Amino acid sequence: MNEIEKNIRREFIHELISTHGAERTSLLPVLQEFQKKFGYIDGHSQQEIAFAMNIHPVEVNSIISFYSFLYESPRGRNTVRICRNIVCDFHGSNEIADAVRKEFKMNSGNTSGDGNITLEITNCFGLCDKSPSMIVNENVYEKIDKDSALKILRGL
Amino acid sequence: MKKELRSPVSQRPHTAEDVNGKSGIGSEVSIELNGEKIKVALGKSILDICRENKIHIPTLCYHEDLCIAGNCRLCLVEIEGMKNLQTACSFPVTSPVKIKTFSDKVRKARKHIIDLLLSEHYGECYSCVRNNNCELQTLAREHGIDSYEFGHVCEPRFEIDNSSAAVIREMDKCILCRRCVRTCIDLQEVGVLEAINRGYETKISTFLDMPLADVICINCGQCINRCPTGALHANDPSDEIWKAIEDPRKHVVLQTAPSPRASIGEEFGLSPGHSMTGQLNTAARRIGFDKVFDTNFSADLTIMEEGTELLNRLKKAIVDKDENVKLPQFTSCSPGWVKFIEHFYPEKLDYLSTAKSPQQMFGAVLKTFYAEESGIDPADIVTVALMPCAAKKFECNRPEMNSSGFKDVDYGLTTREMAKMIREAGLVLPELPKSGFDDPFGEATGSGLIFGSTGGVMEAALRTVYELVTGRPVPFDGLNIDVCRGMKGIKEASVKLENCKEEFSFLEGVDLKFIVAHGTANAKVVMDMLKRGELNGYHFVEIMACPGGCIGGGGQPIPTSESIRKLRAKAIYEEEGLLQVRKSHENPKIKYIYEKYFTDGPCGKLSHKLLHTGYIKRGKLIK
Repeated sequence: MNEIEKNIRREFIHELISTHGAERTSLLPVLQEFQKKFGYIDGHSQQEIAFAMNIHPVEVNSIISFYSFLYESPRGRNTVRICRNIVCDFHGSNEIADAVRKEFKMNSGNTSGDGNITLEITNCFGLCDKSPSMIVNENVYEKIDKDSALKILRGL
Repeated sequence: MKKELRSPVSQRPHTAEDVNGKSGIGSEVSIELNGEKIKVALGKSILDICRENKIHIPTLCYHEDLCIAGNCRLCLVEIEGMKNLQTACSFPVTSPVKIKTFSDKVRKARKHIIDLLLSEHYGECYSCVRNNNCELQTLAREHGIDSYEFGHVCEPRFEIDNSSAAVIREMDKCILCRRCVRTCIDLQEVGVLEAINRGYETKISTFLDMPLADVICINCGQCINRCPTGALHANDPSDEIWKAIEDPRKHVVLQTAPSPRASIGEEFGLSPGHSMTGQLNTAARRIGFDKVFDTNFSADLTIMEEGTELLNRLKKAIVDKDENVKLPQFTSCSPGWVKFIEHFYPEKLDYLSTAKSPQQMFGAVLKTFYAEESGIDPADIVTVALMPCAAKKFECNRPEMNSSGFKDVDYGLTTREMAKMIREAGLVLPELPKSGFDDPFGEATGSGLIFGSTGGVMEAALRTVYELVTGRPVPFDGLNIDVCRGMKGIKEASVKLENCKEEFSFLEGVDLKFIVAHGTANAKVVMDMLKRGELNGYHFVEIMACPGGCIGGGGQPIPTSESIRKLRAKAIYEEEGLLQVRKSHENPKIKYIYEKYFTDGPCGKLSHKLLHTGYIKRGKLIK
């Protein structure tokens, strides 16, 4: 990351802190909004956030690693989550996931070759009655199958 | 009214309203502890109550110096009417409860917890540095663990992080009690270690899982002292020292600091507070060290240099009205503190005294003056420093510490490692005869000795500075400057300089104000005061990185607690009171070395080359 990118991130962090406050309790909203803008929270920005809020960088790192929805490394522009728990699995979520991987030529990190989609296999998100289900970014799709899932994802 | 509540018994509020008509904080409550009726203060934790009543409750995450965490669950006790077992450490008694500390349910639960810990604890006890001094091992023995009920990992899951010169992390032995986390973040305010990930993937990690050498670790080693297992330990150079001792060409010299002498007895089963100076000298000679010197000599040297530097700064500030002179002057004896200020307050490095720590001064003197005097090639001298400190290992490996032309101090050895060497040599330290130090650095003063405890450097410096300036001893009873002593986090006091000698007339009537702080959390408070400009008018600040000063250092015997540190300090002050010479400048060997070698006096040209150093602006950003 070059200096210009670092500066852009630093300025944004200070903007966020001026709106949310520098107390420890505002750490999560700051991290979430930072991630919304930049996709992930890099090591340098983690430290910038920590210094601005007067906590230790390792604490920010610990919080990010605790929550599944906060990321430390770059990922695809869109996040697709498919449930792997028993009900969805019975209804074929595993096959859908395999089809998605194949269609978008995903690597071992489950990110498509063009960097557009990252697939995450998650635990239950509470939609068993409408299984199999899929979350794309912040939209929920219920009772999907192979074709409908691929159709949705091709449109991203 | 309580009986009408429809909630289950376990969820009813606990109040003290009907206890002998008393309620509220400060009053008493009668409880039943293992069937025995006792009265206890309201709000006291079950663990404290049990300890007062001589009931042993096993603990792992609990440590006297740290905040309550309640995550190891080993201190579980049964409370009548409650569905779940409760942790004794974090349960304040607020109602007339009935507690059972070793019921069947409790014992079963504790045993399961230990079994589960062991199922993920890689390694065998006999191949561990903490064998026989491990809290997990003790618990397994206490609870009669004779098999791995839930299995046992036989493959290491983590790499050993031995990047640091001081602290080695073996995360396979970690039981996630988070004592190191609380030590690093709360007690020392350094913030290197924290738990990352969640659930069974949790591990203790540095920032972005970097090697310890690359993050902002100050090497204080306090985490080692509080680790219940062998997951954290110091980088042990004893194999190389043994090799040097075996080598007939090498002249191996040991310098011993005051704090290890006050604590090494604990490694041999003595209670804290027994000074072992004489026995330790004998042990070192029997092990094969060619000479045993007293670090207190170079502590006296440090006082001469640091005291003179302070007087020079005062003169520049008062007489020359030089605005670039930084006051107060901070001590630089503690390598943990030096690295702390380099990381966290790099813009304030000018306030730090340029004098080296006693260890490094001694190293430089040994490989120059001593080599010349005794006719030994400095290349053949191996200097070993017995220190209470993990950070000294890092300090002696600093690239700039080679002013003699060689590596000034070859190895930093901690108290624990010295005890190991003594045991390896088959010696029983407490039973050895006493012997003195070797010449020419055998004579040291009480001022050097009290360096070991917080406030000691300040006390020693005041004795010398006051007498240099006024020609009279410090105006305290028996030279004991009590305001410097004790375990209060930050102490401050002042001495008025009156009837000064002619050359120090500019100090006439000056109120010499000083601050003593120990533990880097307190150092941070002092540095933030400095940043806000609240230290204007202060002259001298002593800071030690470890709680209690060197006696609580990261290389000292495990365990540590405030009461243990107090006993060690007491041993040091008692030994000091018996000494004949108690002021650094009256040490005949100090006079001798300034007459013979450092002929241009303290802070002169040669002493600047050998006894002073510079610092690196490290900053806290990890790249």
